[in-house]
Amino acid sequence: MASPGNLKTSSSELDLDRPNIEDYLPSGSSIHEPRGKLRLRDLLDVTPTLTEAAGAIIDDSFTRCFKSNPPEPWNWNIYLFPLWCFGVLVRYLILFPARILVLTIGWIIFLSSFALVHSMLKGHDALRKKLERLLVELICSFFVASWTGVVKYHGPRPSIRPKQVFVANHTSMIDFIVLEQMTAFAVIMQKHPGWVGLLQSTILESVGCIWFNRSEAKDREIVAKKLRDHVQGTDNNPLLIFPEGTCVNNHYTVMFKKGAFELGCTVCPIAIKYNKIFVDAFWNSRKQSFTKHLLQLMTSWAVVCDVWYLEPQTLKPGETPIEFAERVRDIISARAGLKKVPWDGYLKYSRPSPKHREGKQRSFAELVLQRLEEK
Amino acid sequence: MGNASSMLTQYDIEEVQDHCNNLFSQQEIVSLYERFCQLDRNAKGFISADEFLSVPEFAMNPLSQRLLKMVDGLNFKDFVAFLSAFSAKASKQQKIELIFKVYDSDCNGKVSFNDVLEVLRDLSGPFMSDEQREQVLVQVLKEAGYTRESYLLLDDFVKVFGNSDLKMEVEVPVD
Repeated sequence: MASPGNLKTSSSELDLDRPNIEDYLPSGSSIHEPRGKLRLRDLLDVTPTLTEAAGAIIDDSFTRCFKSNPPEPWNWNIYLFPLWCFGVLVRYLILFPARILVLTIGWIIFLSSFALVHSMLKGHDALRKKLERLLVELICSFFVASWTGVVKYHGPRPSIRPKQVFVANHTSMIDFIVLEQMTAFAVIMQKHPGWVGLLQSTILESVGCIWFNRSEAKDREIVAKKLRDHVQGTDNNPLLIFPEGTCVNNHYTVMFKKGAFELGCTVCPIAIKYNKIFVDAFWNSRKQSFTKHLLQLMTSWAVVCDVWYLEPQTLKPGETPIEFAERVRDIISARAGLKKVPWDGYLKYSRPSPKHREGKQRSFAELVLQRLEEK
Repeated sequence: MGNASSMLTQYDIEEVQDHCNNLFSQQEIVSLYERFCQLDRNAKGFISADEFLSVPEFAMNPLSQRLLKMVDGLNFKDFVAFLSAFSAKASKQQKIELIFKVYDSDCNGKVSFNDVLEVLRDLSGPFMSDEQREQVLVQVLKEAGYTRESYLLLDDFVKVFGNSDLKMEVEVPVD
Protein backbone atom coordinates (compact mmCIF):
# COMPACT_ATOMS: atom_id res chain seq x y z
CA MET A 1 0.00 0.00 0.00
CA ALA A 2 1.01 3.62 -0.06
CA SER A 3 4.16 4.21 1.92
CA PRO A 4 4.31 7.28 4.11
CA GLY A 5 6.73 8.83 1.64
CA ASN A 6 4.33 9.21 -1.23
CA LEU A 7 1.35 10.45 0.72
CA LYS A 8 -0.23 13.38 -0.98
CA THR A 9 -2.45 16.03 0.44
CA SER A 10 -5.89 15.41 -0.94
CA SER A 11 -6.69 17.46 -3.98
CA SER A 12 -10.12 18.78 -4.70
CA GLU A 13 -10.71 16.39 -7.60
CA LEU A 14 -10.37 13.53 -5.17
CA ASP A 15 -13.23 14.90 -3.12
CA LEU A 16 -15.89 13.74 -5.53
CA ASP A 17 -17.59 11.29 -3.24
CA ARG A 18 -15.79 12.25 -0.12
CA PRO A 19 -17.95 13.43 2.76
CA ASN A 20 -16.90 16.60 4.52
CA ILE A 21 -15.46 15.99 7.94
CA GLU A 22 -16.94 19.31 9.01
CA ASP A 23 -20.39 17.86 8.49
CA TYR A 24 -19.67 15.31 11.17
CA LEU A 25 -17.44 16.98 13.71
CA PRO A 26 -19.17 19.08 16.31
CA SER A 27 -18.88 22.64 15.13
CA GLY A 28 -17.34 25.36 17.23
CA SER A 29 -14.85 24.65 19.92
CA SER A 30 -14.36 25.35 23.55
CA ILE A 31 -11.43 27.63 22.82
CA HIS A 32 -11.57 30.68 25.09
CA GLU A 33 -14.74 29.83 26.92
CA PRO A 34 -14.88 32.76 29.33
CA ARG A 35 -16.33 35.89 27.83
CA GLY A 36 -15.52 39.49 28.59
CA LYS A 37 -12.88 41.87 27.53
CA LEU A 38 -9.89 40.46 25.67
CA ARG A 39 -6.68 40.63 27.65
CA LEU A 40 -3.11 39.78 26.72
CA ARG A 41 -3.45 36.71 28.87
CA ASP A 42 -6.34 35.40 26.81
CA LEU A 43 -4.54 36.00 23.58
CA LEU A 44 -1.35 34.26 24.68
CA ASP A 45 -3.21 31.33 26.19
CA VAL A 46 -2.89 28.62 23.55
CA THR A 47 -3.60 25.81 26.02
CA PRO A 48 -6.84 24.54 24.42
CA THR A 49 -5.11 24.02 21.08
CA LEU A 50 -2.01 22.55 22.73
CA THR A 51 -4.11 20.20 24.82
CA GLU A 52 -5.93 18.96 21.75
CA ALA A 53 -2.64 18.34 19.97
CA ALA A 54 -1.13 16.48 22.91
CA GLY A 55 -4.35 14.49 23.26
CA ALA A 56 -4.06 13.44 19.63
CA ILE A 57 -0.45 12.41 20.12
CA ILE A 58 -1.28 10.29 23.17
CA ASP A 59 -4.39 8.65 21.79
CA ASP A 60 -6.64 9.18 18.81
CA SER A 61 -9.77 7.53 17.55
CA PHE A 62 -8.53 7.31 13.96
CA THR A 63 -5.51 5.13 14.67
CA ARG A 64 -7.61 2.94 16.93
CA CYS A 65 -9.80 1.99 13.95
CA PHE A 66 -6.89 0.33 12.20
CA LYS A 67 -5.16 -1.33 15.11
CA SER A 68 -4.92 -5.11 14.97
CA ASN A 69 -5.81 -6.52 18.34
CA PRO A 70 -3.56 -9.38 19.42
CA PRO A 71 -5.48 -12.45 20.55
CA GLU A 72 -5.78 -13.06 24.27
CA PRO A 73 -3.24 -15.71 25.24
CA TRP A 74 -4.80 -18.65 27.01
CA ASN A 75 -1.78 -20.99 27.14
CA TRP A 76 -0.53 -19.56 30.38
CA ASN A 77 -0.34 -22.49 32.66
CA ILE A 78 1.39 -25.79 32.91
CA TYR A 79 -1.42 -28.03 31.68
CA LEU A 80 -2.88 -25.63 29.12
CA PHE A 81 0.49 -25.07 27.51
CA PRO A 82 0.99 -28.67 26.25
CA LEU A 83 -2.57 -28.58 24.94
CA TRP A 84 -1.79 -25.40 23.07
CA CYS A 85 1.39 -26.95 21.64
CA PHE A 86 -0.62 -29.93 20.51
CA GLY A 87 -3.06 -27.51 18.91
CA VAL A 88 -0.26 -25.80 17.03
CA LEU A 89 0.88 -29.14 15.66
CA VAL A 90 -2.63 -30.05 14.57
CA ARG A 91 -3.22 -26.68 12.99
CA TYR A 92 0.03 -26.47 11.07
CA LEU A 93 0.68 -30.13 10.26
CA ILE A 94 -2.80 -31.53 9.71
CA LEU A 95 -5.34 -28.77 9.17
CA PHE A 96 -3.17 -26.53 7.06
CA PRO A 97 -2.08 -29.13 4.48
CA ALA A 98 -5.64 -30.47 4.31
CA ARG A 99 -6.93 -26.99 3.64
CA ILE A 100 -4.31 -26.34 0.99
CA LEU A 101 -5.47 -29.54 -0.65
CA VAL A 102 -9.13 -28.48 -0.48
CA LEU A 103 -8.29 -25.12 -1.98
CA THR A 104 -6.19 -26.65 -4.74
CA ILE A 105 -8.97 -29.07 -5.67
CA GLY A 106 -11.39 -26.15 -5.61
CA TRP A 107 -9.19 -24.15 -7.96
CA ILE A 108 -8.74 -27.06 -10.36
CA ILE A 109 -12.47 -27.67 -10.57
CA PHE A 110 -13.17 -23.97 -10.85
CA LEU A 111 -10.56 -23.06 -13.42
CA SER A 112 -11.21 -25.99 -15.72
CA SER A 113 -14.97 -25.55 -15.73
CA PHE A 114 -14.71 -21.79 -15.95
CA ALA A 115 -12.48 -21.97 -19.00
CA LEU A 116 -14.83 -24.52 -20.50
CA VAL A 117 -17.96 -22.46 -19.87
CA HIS A 118 -16.27 -19.30 -21.01
CA SER A 119 -15.13 -20.66 -24.34
CA MET A 120 -17.90 -23.16 -25.19
CA LEU A 121 -20.91 -20.97 -24.44
CA LYS A 122 -19.87 -17.89 -26.39
CA GLY A 123 -23.27 -17.54 -28.02
CA HIS A 124 -25.48 -18.32 -25.04
CA ASP A 125 -24.98 -15.30 -22.86
CA ALA A 126 -27.77 -15.93 -20.37
CA LEU A 127 -26.74 -19.51 -19.66
CA ARG A 128 -23.05 -18.61 -19.56
CA LYS A 129 -23.69 -15.82 -17.08
CA LYS A 130 -25.70 -18.13 -14.88
CA LEU A 131 -23.02 -20.82 -14.86
CA GLU A 132 -20.24 -18.36 -14.25
CA ARG A 133 -22.20 -16.96 -11.35
CA LEU A 134 -22.53 -20.42 -9.86
CA LEU A 135 -18.85 -21.14 -10.34
CA VAL A 136 -17.78 -17.95 -8.59
CA GLU A 137 -20.05 -18.86 -5.68
CA LEU A 138 -18.47 -22.31 -5.70
CA ILE A 139 -14.86 -21.13 -5.51
CA CYS A 140 -15.82 -18.75 -2.71
CA SER A 141 -17.31 -21.68 -0.80
CA PHE A 142 -14.00 -23.48 -1.24
CA PHE A 143 -12.21 -20.45 0.15
CA VAL A 144 -14.54 -20.29 3.15
CA ALA A 145 -14.01 -24.03 3.68
CA SER A 146 -10.25 -23.49 3.58
CA TRP A 147 -10.43 -21.57 6.81
CA THR A 148 -13.32 -23.58 8.20
CA GLY A 149 -15.54 -20.55 8.03
CA VAL A 150 -18.40 -20.87 10.48
CA VAL A 151 -20.72 -18.27 9.06
CA LYS A 152 -24.22 -17.68 10.33
CA TYR A 153 -26.44 -15.81 7.90
CA HIS A 154 -29.43 -14.00 9.36
CA GLY A 155 -32.24 -12.55 7.30
CA PRO A 156 -33.47 -13.10 3.75
CA ARG A 157 -31.01 -13.97 1.01
CA PRO A 158 -30.52 -11.19 -1.53
CA SER A 159 -32.16 -11.72 -4.90
CA ILE A 160 -31.43 -10.24 -8.30
CA ARG A 161 -33.48 -7.13 -8.81
CA PRO A 162 -32.69 -3.77 -10.39
CA LYS A 163 -32.38 -0.54 -8.46
CA GLN A 164 -30.99 -1.88 -5.26
CA VAL A 165 -27.55 -1.74 -3.80
CA PHE A 166 -26.06 -3.61 -0.86
CA VAL A 167 -23.70 -1.91 1.55
CA ALA A 168 -21.62 -3.63 4.22
CA ASN A 169 -19.01 -2.76 6.78
CA HIS A 170 -15.52 -3.79 5.74
CA THR A 171 -12.96 -5.70 7.78
CA SER A 172 -11.00 -7.71 5.28
CA MET A 173 -11.16 -8.84 1.70
CA ILE A 174 -12.64 -12.05 3.08
CA ASP A 175 -15.88 -10.12 3.70
CA PHE A 176 -16.31 -10.28 -0.01
CA ILE A 177 -15.68 -14.03 -0.12
CA VAL A 178 -18.06 -14.67 2.77
CA LEU A 179 -20.85 -12.72 1.08
CA GLU A 180 -20.04 -14.00 -2.38
CA GLN A 181 -20.46 -17.67 -1.48
CA MET A 182 -24.16 -17.03 -0.86
CA THR A 183 -24.88 -14.57 -3.65
CA ALA A 184 -22.77 -13.63 -6.63
CA PHE A 185 -22.54 -9.93 -5.91
CA ALA A 186 -20.96 -7.48 -8.28
CA VAL A 187 -18.61 -5.53 -6.09
CA ILE A 188 -16.83 -2.19 -6.26
CA MET A 189 -13.31 -2.53 -4.96
CA GLN A 190 -9.87 -1.06 -4.96
CA LYS A 191 -7.64 -2.51 -7.66
CA HIS A 192 -5.04 -4.70 -5.96
CA PRO A 193 -1.58 -5.66 -7.14
CA GLY A 194 -0.31 -9.25 -7.49
CA TRP A 195 -2.38 -12.38 -7.87
CA VAL A 196 -5.47 -10.75 -6.38
CA GLY A 197 -5.32 -8.16 -9.14
CA LEU A 198 -5.07 -10.91 -11.73
CA LEU A 199 -8.20 -12.57 -10.33
CA GLN A 200 -9.97 -9.26 -10.31
CA SER A 201 -9.32 -8.49 -13.93
CA THR A 202 -10.04 -12.00 -15.27
CA ILE A 203 -12.61 -13.95 -13.32
CA LEU A 204 -14.43 -11.43 -11.21
CA GLU A 205 -15.07 -9.18 -14.19
CA SER A 206 -17.45 -11.87 -15.36
CA VAL A 207 -19.78 -11.29 -12.40
CA GLY A 208 -19.78 -7.59 -13.15
CA CYS A 209 -17.30 -6.42 -10.53
CA ILE A 210 -15.92 -2.92 -11.01
CA TRP A 211 -12.35 -2.07 -10.04
CA PHE A 212 -10.81 1.30 -9.56
CA ASN A 213 -7.76 2.95 -8.18
CA ARG A 214 -8.39 4.91 -5.03
CA SER A 215 -6.02 7.68 -5.96
CA GLU A 216 -7.06 8.18 -9.58
CA ALA A 217 -9.59 10.98 -9.93
CA LYS A 218 -10.42 9.87 -13.46
CA ASP A 219 -11.18 6.35 -12.28
CA ARG A 220 -13.75 7.68 -9.88
CA GLU A 221 -15.79 9.33 -12.60
CA ILE A 222 -15.74 6.20 -14.69
CA VAL A 223 -16.79 4.13 -11.69
CA ALA A 224 -19.62 6.52 -10.88
CA LYS A 225 -20.93 6.12 -14.40
CA LYS A 226 -20.54 2.33 -14.41
CA LEU A 227 -22.40 2.21 -11.11
CA ARG A 228 -25.34 4.12 -12.46
CA ASP A 229 -25.51 1.87 -15.52
CA HIS A 230 -25.15 -1.29 -13.47
CA VAL A 231 -28.05 -0.68 -11.09
CA GLN A 232 -30.44 -0.05 -13.98
CA GLY A 233 -29.84 -3.46 -15.59
CA THR A 234 -32.47 -6.07 -14.73
CA ASP A 235 -30.25 -9.11 -15.11
CA ASN A 236 -27.12 -7.73 -13.47
CA ASN A 237 -25.85 -9.29 -10.28
CA PRO A 238 -26.81 -7.38 -7.15
CA LEU A 239 -24.35 -4.62 -6.44
CA LEU A 240 -22.27 -4.69 -3.27
CA ILE A 241 -20.39 -1.67 -2.00
CA PHE A 242 -18.14 -1.32 1.02
CA PRO A 243 -18.75 2.39 1.58
CA GLU A 244 -16.00 2.74 4.17
CA GLY A 245 -13.53 2.38 1.33
CA THR A 246 -10.95 0.68 3.54
CA CYS A 247 -10.63 -2.17 6.02
CA VAL A 248 -11.46 -1.28 9.62
CA ASN A 249 -10.73 -3.57 12.56
CA ASN A 250 -14.35 -4.59 13.22
CA HIS A 251 -14.57 -2.53 16.40
CA TYR A 252 -15.30 0.79 14.69
CA THR A 253 -16.98 2.15 11.59
CA VAL A 254 -15.48 5.08 9.73
CA MET A 255 -17.52 7.44 7.58
CA PHE A 256 -19.43 6.04 4.65
CA LYS A 257 -18.66 7.49 1.22
CA LYS A 258 -21.84 8.95 -0.10
CA GLY A 259 -21.51 7.47 -3.61
CA ALA A 260 -23.67 4.42 -2.87
CA PHE A 261 -26.40 6.58 -1.41
CA GLU A 262 -26.74 8.91 -4.38
CA LEU A 263 -27.81 6.31 -6.91
CA GLY A 264 -31.49 6.71 -6.13
CA CYS A 265 -31.75 3.03 -5.23
CA THR A 266 -32.97 1.07 -2.29
CA VAL A 267 -30.02 0.51 0.03
CA CYS A 268 -29.85 -2.87 1.78
CA PRO A 269 -27.49 -2.78 4.74
CA ILE A 270 -25.42 -5.86 5.58
CA ALA A 271 -23.70 -6.06 8.95
CA ILE A 272 -20.73 -8.39 9.38
CA LYS A 273 -19.31 -9.16 12.80
CA TYR A 274 -16.33 -11.45 13.28
CA ASN A 275 -15.81 -13.45 16.42
CA LYS A 276 -12.18 -13.11 17.45
CA ILE A 277 -12.11 -16.30 19.46
CA PHE A 278 -9.68 -18.05 17.08
CA VAL A 279 -8.28 -15.40 14.80
CA ASP A 280 -8.51 -11.68 14.14
CA ALA A 281 -10.06 -11.33 10.71
CA PHE A 282 -8.94 -7.72 10.30
CA TRP A 283 -6.67 -7.33 7.28
CA ASN A 284 -4.08 -4.74 8.25
CA SER A 285 -2.87 -4.03 4.74
CA ARG A 286 -0.02 -1.89 6.07
CA LYS A 287 1.43 -4.80 8.00
CA GLN A 288 0.74 -7.85 5.87
CA SER A 289 0.04 -8.85 2.31
CA PHE A 290 -3.26 -10.51 1.49
CA THR A 291 -1.48 -13.83 0.97
CA LYS A 292 -0.04 -13.63 4.47
CA HIS A 293 -3.46 -12.71 5.80
CA LEU A 294 -4.99 -15.77 4.14
CA LEU A 295 -2.23 -18.00 5.51
CA GLN A 296 -2.95 -16.67 8.97
CA LEU A 297 -6.61 -17.56 8.55
CA MET A 298 -5.78 -20.98 7.16
CA THR A 299 -3.58 -21.90 10.11
CA SER A 300 -6.20 -20.98 12.70
CA TRP A 301 -8.90 -23.27 14.01
CA ALA A 302 -11.77 -21.47 12.37
CA VAL A 303 -13.12 -18.12 11.25
CA VAL A 304 -16.37 -17.45 13.05
CA CYS A 305 -18.69 -14.72 11.90
CA ASP A 306 -22.23 -13.48 11.75
CA VAL A 307 -23.80 -11.86 8.71
CA TRP A 308 -27.05 -9.94 8.99
CA TYR A 309 -29.06 -8.92 5.93
CA LEU A 310 -30.93 -5.93 7.32
CA GLU A 311 -34.10 -4.06 6.47
CA PRO A 312 -33.82 -2.22 3.12
CA GLN A 313 -33.73 1.56 3.45
CA THR A 314 -34.74 4.32 1.07
CA LEU A 315 -33.92 8.01 0.99
CA LYS A 316 -36.47 9.86 3.09
CA PRO A 317 -37.94 13.05 1.67
CA GLY A 318 -35.73 16.00 2.53
CA GLU A 319 -32.79 13.79 3.50
CA THR A 320 -29.37 14.51 2.02
CA PRO A 321 -27.24 11.58 0.80
CA ILE A 322 -24.84 12.20 3.70
CA GLU A 323 -27.63 11.99 6.27
CA PHE A 324 -28.90 8.87 4.54
CA ALA A 325 -25.42 7.32 4.65
CA GLU A 326 -25.16 8.14 8.35
CA ARG A 327 -28.55 6.59 9.05
CA VAL A 328 -27.49 3.36 7.34
CA ARG A 329 -24.19 3.46 9.21
CA ASP A 330 -26.18 3.73 12.46
CA ILE A 331 -28.17 0.64 11.55
CA ILE A 332 -25.10 -1.42 10.67
CA SER A 333 -23.10 -0.22 13.67
CA ALA A 334 -25.94 -0.98 16.06
CA ARG A 335 -26.45 -4.50 14.68
CA ALA A 336 -22.77 -5.45 14.59
CA GLY A 337 -21.91 -3.65 17.82
CA LEU A 338 -19.41 -1.25 16.29
CA LYS A 339 -18.49 2.21 17.49
CA LYS A 340 -18.85 5.10 15.07
CA VAL A 341 -16.02 7.57 14.56
CA PRO A 342 -16.20 10.77 12.48
CA TRP A 343 -13.24 9.95 10.23
CA ASP A 344 -12.78 9.40 6.57
CA GLY A 345 -10.98 6.08 6.09
CA TYR A 346 -9.05 7.51 3.15
CA LEU A 347 -7.05 9.55 5.65
CA LYS A 348 -4.98 6.37 5.86
CA TYR A 349 -3.69 7.23 2.41
CA SER A 350 -3.78 11.01 2.34
CA ARG A 351 -3.46 13.95 4.66
CA PRO A 352 -6.47 15.97 5.75
CA SER A 353 -6.79 18.97 3.48
CA PRO A 354 -6.15 22.43 4.95
CA LYS A 355 -9.84 23.18 4.98
CA HIS A 356 -10.31 20.74 7.86
CA ARG A 357 -8.34 23.06 10.07
CA GLU A 358 -10.29 26.10 9.02
CA GLY A 359 -13.28 25.41 11.25
CA LYS A 360 -11.12 25.82 14.33
CA GLN A 361 -9.44 28.89 12.89
CA ARG A 362 -12.76 30.50 12.08
CA SER A 363 -14.17 30.08 15.57
CA PHE A 364 -10.93 31.40 17.06
CA ALA A 365 -10.97 34.48 14.83
CA GLU A 366 -14.63 35.16 15.52
CA LEU A 367 -14.15 34.97 19.26
CA VAL A 368 -11.13 37.25 19.23
CA LEU A 369 -12.85 39.89 17.11
CA GLN A 370 -16.04 39.67 19.12
CA ARG A 371 -14.28 39.99 22.45
CA LEU A 372 -12.14 42.83 21.21
CA GLU A 373 -15.23 44.96 20.80
CA GLU A 374 -16.61 44.12 24.25
CA LYS A 375 -15.64 46.60 26.90
CA MET B 1 4.51 -6.09 17.70
CA GLY B 2 4.59 -8.33 20.75
CA ASN B 3 3.75 -7.29 24.22
CA ALA B 4 5.36 -3.89 24.61
CA SER B 5 5.18 -3.81 28.38
CA SER B 6 7.36 -6.89 28.64
CA MET B 7 10.08 -5.09 26.71
CA LEU B 8 10.44 -2.37 29.33
CA THR B 9 12.17 -3.40 32.54
CA GLN B 10 11.67 -1.71 35.84
CA TYR B 11 15.04 0.00 35.35
CA ASP B 12 13.99 1.40 31.99
CA ILE B 13 10.76 2.73 33.38
CA GLU B 14 12.49 4.32 36.36
CA GLU B 15 15.00 5.95 34.04
CA VAL B 16 12.22 7.45 31.97
CA GLN B 17 10.40 8.51 35.12
CA ASP B 18 13.53 10.29 36.31
CA HIS B 19 13.78 12.03 32.99
CA CYS B 20 10.26 13.44 33.32
CA ASN B 21 10.49 14.30 37.04
CA ASN B 22 8.13 11.46 38.01
CA LEU B 23 5.16 13.18 36.45
CA PHE B 24 3.91 9.92 34.98
CA SER B 25 3.20 6.69 36.82
CA GLN B 26 4.80 3.42 35.67
CA GLN B 27 1.51 2.33 34.14
CA GLU B 28 1.30 5.56 32.19
CA ILE B 29 4.86 5.13 30.91
CA VAL B 30 3.97 1.64 29.68
CA SER B 31 0.92 3.02 27.86
CA LEU B 32 2.96 5.82 26.34
CA TYR B 33 5.55 3.30 25.20
CA GLU B 34 2.91 1.25 23.41
CA ARG B 35 1.67 4.39 21.74
CA PHE B 36 5.22 5.42 20.81
CA CYS B 37 5.85 2.05 19.16
CA GLN B 38 2.56 2.29 17.33
CA LEU B 39 3.41 5.69 15.85
CA ASP B 40 7.05 4.77 15.15
CA ARG B 41 6.04 2.41 12.39
CA ASN B 42 9.37 0.94 11.36
CA ALA B 43 10.85 0.91 14.86
CA LYS B 44 13.49 3.56 14.17
CA GLY B 45 13.51 4.70 17.79
CA PHE B 46 11.93 8.05 17.01
CA ILE B 47 8.72 9.38 15.48
CA SER B 48 9.16 11.32 12.25
CA ALA B 49 7.18 14.40 11.27
CA ASP B 50 5.40 12.32 8.67
CA GLU B 51 4.29 9.79 11.24
CA PHE B 52 2.96 12.49 13.54
CA LEU B 53 0.98 13.91 10.65
CA SER B 54 -0.55 10.50 9.95
CA VAL B 55 -2.74 11.16 13.00
CA PRO B 56 -5.46 13.29 11.43
CA GLU B 57 -6.50 14.86 14.71
CA PHE B 58 -2.93 16.14 15.06
CA ALA B 59 -2.52 17.13 11.41
CA MET B 60 -5.68 19.24 11.63
CA ASN B 61 -4.44 21.17 14.65
CA PRO B 62 -3.70 24.83 13.80
CA LEU B 63 -0.42 24.65 15.70
CA SER B 64 0.73 21.31 14.29
CA GLN B 65 3.57 22.68 12.16
CA ARG B 66 4.91 24.67 15.09
CA LEU B 67 4.66 21.70 17.45
CA LEU B 68 6.29 19.41 14.91
CA LYS B 69 9.47 21.44 15.23
CA MET B 70 9.47 20.60 18.91
CA VAL B 71 8.61 16.91 18.72
CA ASP B 72 10.08 15.77 15.40
CA GLY B 73 12.67 13.04 15.90
CA LEU B 74 12.39 12.80 19.69
CA ASN B 75 13.43 9.51 21.25
CA PHE B 76 11.12 7.88 23.77
CA LYS B 77 12.60 9.60 26.82
CA ASP B 78 12.33 13.07 25.31
CA PHE B 79 8.90 12.25 23.93
CA VAL B 80 7.70 11.49 27.45
CA ALA B 81 9.47 14.58 28.78
CA PHE B 82 7.65 16.72 26.22
CA LEU B 83 4.28 15.24 27.13
CA SER B 84 4.93 15.53 30.86
CA ALA B 85 3.94 19.22 30.69
CA PHE B 86 0.43 17.93 30.03
CA SER B 87 0.36 15.76 33.13
CA ALA B 88 -2.04 16.83 35.85
CA LYS B 89 0.92 16.71 38.23
CA ALA B 90 3.06 19.14 36.20
CA SER B 91 3.74 22.52 37.78
CA LYS B 92 2.30 25.69 36.38
CA GLN B 93 5.83 26.90 35.71
CA GLN B 94 6.47 23.91 33.45
CA LYS B 95 3.26 24.49 31.51
CA ILE B 96 4.11 28.16 31.02
CA GLU B 97 7.59 27.20 29.84
CA LEU B 98 6.07 25.02 27.17
CA ILE B 99 3.71 27.78 26.04
CA PHE B 100 6.68 30.13 25.94
CA LYS B 101 8.58 27.67 23.73
CA VAL B 102 5.66 27.56 21.32
CA TYR B 103 5.98 31.32 20.86
CA ASP B 104 9.76 31.48 20.93
CA SER B 105 10.25 29.64 17.64
CA ASP B 106 13.85 30.79 17.13
CA CYS B 107 14.73 29.73 20.71
CA ASN B 108 16.50 32.97 21.57
CA GLY B 109 14.81 33.23 24.95
CA LYS B 110 12.63 36.20 24.07
CA VAL B 111 9.35 36.61 22.23
CA SER B 112 9.02 39.54 19.87
CA PHE B 113 5.89 41.22 18.52
CA ASN B 114 6.32 39.25 15.30
CA ASP B 115 6.64 35.93 17.13
CA VAL B 116 3.23 36.43 18.73
CA LEU B 117 1.83 37.62 15.43
CA GLU B 118 2.91 34.41 13.73
CA VAL B 119 1.19 32.23 16.30
CA LEU B 120 -1.92 34.36 15.89
CA ARG B 121 -1.68 33.77 12.16
CA ASP B 122 -1.57 30.00 12.71
CA LEU B 123 -4.57 30.16 15.01
CA SER B 124 -6.82 32.41 12.94
CA GLY B 125 -5.74 31.47 9.39
CA PRO B 126 -7.58 33.31 6.65
CA PHE B 127 -10.33 34.50 8.97
CA MET B 128 -8.47 37.56 10.22
CA SER B 129 -6.50 40.00 8.12
CA ASP B 130 -2.92 40.95 8.97
CA GLU B 131 -4.11 44.43 9.94
CA GLN B 132 -6.73 43.00 12.26
CA ARG B 133 -4.17 40.77 13.93
CA GLU B 134 -1.76 43.65 14.42
CA GLN B 135 -4.48 45.89 15.71
CA VAL B 136 -5.63 43.29 18.23
CA LEU B 137 -2.14 42.62 19.43
CA VAL B 138 -1.12 46.28 19.74
CA GLN B 139 -4.22 46.96 21.76
CA VAL B 140 -3.89 44.10 24.25
CA LEU B 141 -0.16 44.73 24.63
CA LYS B 142 -0.79 48.37 25.41
CA GLU B 143 -3.39 47.50 28.01
CA ALA B 144 -0.95 45.12 29.66
CA GLY B 145 1.74 47.78 29.74
CA TYR B 146 3.88 46.65 26.82
CA THR B 147 4.60 48.20 23.44
CA ARG B 148 5.12 46.91 19.93
CA GLU B 149 8.86 47.03 20.43
CA SER B 150 9.05 45.24 23.76
CA TYR B 151 10.24 41.67 24.00
CA LEU B 152 8.43 39.27 26.25
CA LEU B 153 10.65 37.07 28.41
CA LEU B 154 9.69 33.91 30.23
CA ASP B 155 9.20 35.98 33.38
CA ASP B 156 6.73 38.17 31.53
CA PHE B 157 4.78 35.08 30.57
CA VAL B 158 4.78 33.93 34.19
CA LYS B 159 3.50 37.35 35.22
CA VAL B 160 0.83 37.45 32.51
CA PHE B 161 -0.53 34.03 33.42
CA GLY B 162 0.02 35.00 37.05
CA ASN B 163 -2.79 33.91 39.30
CA SER B 164 -5.20 32.37 36.82
CA ASP B 165 -5.61 28.67 36.24
CA LEU B 166 -4.10 26.96 33.22
CA LYS B 167 -6.18 24.14 31.88
CA MET B 168 -3.66 22.00 30.11
CA GLU B 169 -4.14 18.40 31.09
CA VAL B 170 -4.27 15.23 29.06
CA GLU B 171 -5.00 11.91 30.64
CA VAL B 172 -2.95 8.92 29.54
CA PRO B 173 -5.28 5.95 29.03
CA VAL B 174 -4.19 3.05 31.23
CA ASP B 175 -5.66 -0.39 30.84
